[in-house]
Amino acid sequence: MTRLRFVAAPIDTDTARRELQDAGAGGYVSFEGWVRDHNEGLAVTRLEYEAFVDLAVKEGERILDEAMRRFPIKHALCMHRIGALAIGELAVWVGVSAAHRGEAFEACRYIIDEVKHRVPIWKKEHYANGDSGWVNCDRCAAAPRHSDHDDHEHACAKGHAQTSHK
Amino acid sequence: MTKASFPVFGLILAGGTSSRMRRDKATLEYLGKSQLDRAFELMSRHVPKTFVSVRADQAADSRRAQRPLLLDSVGGGGPIVGIRSALAAYPEAAWLVIACDLPFLSDAVLAHLMSARDAAQMATAYRSARDGLPEPLCAIWEPAAAAALQVFQAGGRSCPRQFLIETRAKLLEPLDPRALDNINTPEEYVEALKSLESPSAPRRLQIKIQYYALLREQAGRSEESLDTAAPTPALLYAEIKARHGFSLGREQLKVAVNGEFSDWERTLAAGDSVVFIPPVAGG
Repeated sequence: MTRLRFVAAPIDTDTARRELQDAGAGGYVSFEGWVRDHNEGLAVTRLEYEAFVDLAVKEGERILDEAMRRFPIKHALCMHRIGALAIGELAVWVGVSAAHRGEAFEACRYIIDEVKHRVPIWKKEHYANGDSGWVNCDRCAAAPRHSDHDDHEHACAKGHAQTSHK
Repeated sequence: MTKASFPVFGLILAGGTSSRMRRDKATLEYLGKSQLDRAFELMSRHVPKTFVSVRADQAADSRRAQRPLLLDSVGGGGPIVGIRSALAAYPEAAWLVIACDLPFLSDAVLAHLMSARDAAQMATAYRSARDGLPEPLCAIWEPAAAAALQVFQAGGRSCPRQFLIETRAKLLEPLDPRALDNINTPEEYVEALKSLESPSAPRRLQIKIQYYALLREQAGRSEESLDTAAPTPALLYAEIKARHGFSLGREQLKVAVNGEFSDWERTLAAGDSVVFIPPVAGG
């Protein structure tokens, strides 16, 4: 089973989290990306995600391999929704378990950043004014590629750093 | 590139007298198809409307009459007459003009010309691979050229190449050195036939293309199978960008071949599956 998965139904975070459990893990960090009601000054009413799944899964697997090599973590997993999503829905979930919380935080951050910049997934925003647009394609078509620091994350980081008992 | 303000129509010049060939050049066949049919089909893949430019006395010719015709409406002789007649017939259109006797002309050459078009100039044309001078008979002629061509011809001149040398024209380096070689004599025809029918002829490949996101919407389809002479993803994108009017430039995309990221200059093989990847936005 690949460690970057696309799902058309709501992401079951409880089940996903159980895959990360490990007797040697002292902590677990997850990140949830939520559908936000605005972007770059426009009121957003809903989103659609589309992926080139064959390549996205391969690139996702490479990112998770890199995370496992760079950080001493136990397990990592990323789930991404495709299809139509409403405001407030969970669009992407990343979970990491590790012996210590520090590397779990770092690996989680690494995975979400790389997924957003490298994996062939596209997001179409529908706006309250009736317009719609592909993020980074339509309005930014003439502009340079978006920078590496992410200033339009429609998400809320949720760090469940469980206290390590050692 | 200036934003194009006029649509581009296609014009196939087929009104020549074929005096050196001693037979009607439009009827010469390559690979079982007449030159005129080949040129018309090629052109139709790049522009919404294509016409065949003929002299008034050729209008009843059965080879030509099957196609939308554009009859000469100005006096004089030579290709300048066909170009001026087209500009006069549709003053709100620019014209991608090609001679019918260019057997090596390819989709990639027309696609590159279309994507490099500068509508603020009188014309966009290739430089000759032989002498570096403009090639008027595989060029986009803008409406602004109509009046200037009239003055040029009224001054007793008729060579469209000379016109392009003297005027504001965007000139492109040749994409393929022999693409614009024309065929005037029986000997040249025999050589071209040999070359096109030999195994070393420019390969045409069947390529599958899948479209996602903005490109899918602009292409109006999620995939297509294409018969193309483009040898690399870079030239393939130039070809389909022109055909589908994609707004994204190649520098904004990545490309995948057979499910894996690829170099733009990779040599394509028959049956390859190509995906052009617009800027991504996961999460």
